[in-house]
Amino acid sequence: MSLEVTLCGQKFKNPIIAASGAYGFGDDYTDLYPVSALGGVSCKGTTLKPKDGNPTPRIAETPSGILNSVGLQNPGLDRFISYYLPRLKKEDTVVIANIAGATVDDYREVATRLDSTDVDMIELNISCPNVKQGGATWGVTCTGAATVTKAVREATKKPVIVKLTPNVTDITEIARAVEAEGADCVSLINTLLGMRIDIRTRRPILKNNVGGLSGPAVFPVAVRMVWQVSNAVKIPVIGMGGIATAEDAIEMMMAGASAIQMGTAIFGDPYAPIKVAQGMEKFLKDNNIGSINDIVGTVKPW
Amino acid sequence: MSFFCNSYPIIEKKALAGDIYSYTLLCPEVANEAKTGQFVQVKAEGYTLRRPISICSIDKEKGTIRLVFEIRGKGTDKISQLNKGDLMDIIAPLGNGFNYSTEKQGRVIVVGGGIGTPPMLDIARDYGERATAILGFRSFDRVILDKDYAKGGAKTIVCTDDGSVGVAGTIAKPLEEELSKGDVAMVFGCGPTPMLKAVVECCKAAGVPSQVSLEQRMGCGVGACVVCACTVIRGGRQYVLRVCKDGPVFKGEEVVL
Repeated sequence: MSLEVTLCGQKFKNPIIAASGAYGFGDDYTDLYPVSALGGVSCKGTTLKPKDGNPTPRIAETPSGILNSVGLQNPGLDRFISYYLPRLKKEDTVVIANIAGATVDDYREVATRLDSTDVDMIELNISCPNVKQGGATWGVTCTGAATVTKAVREATKKPVIVKLTPNVTDITEIARAVEAEGADCVSLINTLLGMRIDIRTRRPILKNNVGGLSGPAVFPVAVRMVWQVSNAVKIPVIGMGGIATAEDAIEMMMAGASAIQMGTAIFGDPYAPIKVAQGMEKFLKDNNIGSINDIVGTVKPW
Repeated sequence: MSFFCNSYPIIEKKALAGDIYSYTLLCPEVANEAKTGQFVQVKAEGYTLRRPISICSIDKEKGTIRLVFEIRGKGTDKISQLNKGDLMDIIAPLGNGFNYSTEKQGRVIVVGGGIGTPPMLDIARDYGERATAILGFRSFDRVILDKDYAKGGAKTIVCTDDGSVGVAGTIAKPLEEELSKGDVAMVFGCGPTPMLKAVVECCKAAGVPSQVSLEQRMGCGVGACVVCACTVIRGGRQYVLRVCKDGPVFKGEEVVL
């Protein structure tokens, strides 16, 4: 039984990757288990300059999920390269830099500088719903998504993953647009834009008024989009959005994901990724399947 | 410092006032590691996010910690349905805690407001008669832990907004009076933001250092998600830090409230 997967030439010991924004730079949960238990870590979205993020509160519970409006608070690229990256690279896990910017030049410069580091892969965040400039403004049009992908593609030889937003009319068009510009992989879905209001104060719970919805509530939407995108492009798809159990992860892979990311579930149960890996192994064993790769895209649509 | 994620037996449950509950957990590994002012992330069955609750008291010999919290919403309501003998699923201990050494000279003052009263109980216990506790509540029926504070030897002053018991009004006046008596080495505060502002202002005016514990809506509780931000000014520079990992206790002179 093997959980090993290979994406864009990069080997992962298992298909479970910590999602960007939920796992910092991989060093916050090491009291509980080593980060090497994970196939990979997608680091906190990093911008050229440090970013303070949005005013608080930045989080609200929702039915089976959460809204967040962090707004890409991060220590900036210099600190990522000098401090966090070398620390995480000592661990036996795939290190993915997640990058964001306000302008195409920002993305290009961040990618150029990461190209000369030993980061394993670059995930392009064109889907953050919580920043006024950049973020999802790129990801909601084919032209915007293609423009940023092209600039980053020209700036680096590292495998480039483009993380897509679900807040679009047709996600397959965006996926095709970034594939055409040389994306090696797409990851989806980022959060769905949402809102909650405190009926006593008539104030939104988030100071940013709106924020990104994640958690089990978005899972069926994510499965549907991963299925549609994996049928629309030839490049591999990383599936995410509300995965909390091994069954969820298996379902996502059957929909067409070659690997999966987990985020929100870790807040409730830090061991969730470990349990997913164990559950996947058991599923393979119980069903006499040799490799997790054998389940990818095996859904039999009616 | 390290933390654990585990389920521990509830060995005591008490209703304190209104919707405020006190739980004692048997968790030797957590108690052994815990420091006054740290907090725990409690799982509320059926909810996505854990609820951050400050540690009220630590008994390292018995291997227990005590948690006191108020039902604020559906999550804390769910947690409050746990009973003696049930297991509570927590990540703990988290955060930095209060920084103090009883070997240092002088008195200390702890200022608690409402459900911000619990996390400083062990400071009062450790300083005994050298501690003064100024505890503010909305009204007499919301008063909690005043006897617990007094039991450790602390001079305990209860204030209520409506004057229904103790000093009428906020903690500000008793704090000023206690500070004016001199020999105060440190003031510790936890409570609503306007109260913390008053604590920091009074301390600055008196030239006494302070430490305040902040409350913020949290995600992970361990520093990974950067949801619970607060601003501090250090050496003229502004930093946005995490309440959960860089705090929840900050120097009153540095934090922007």
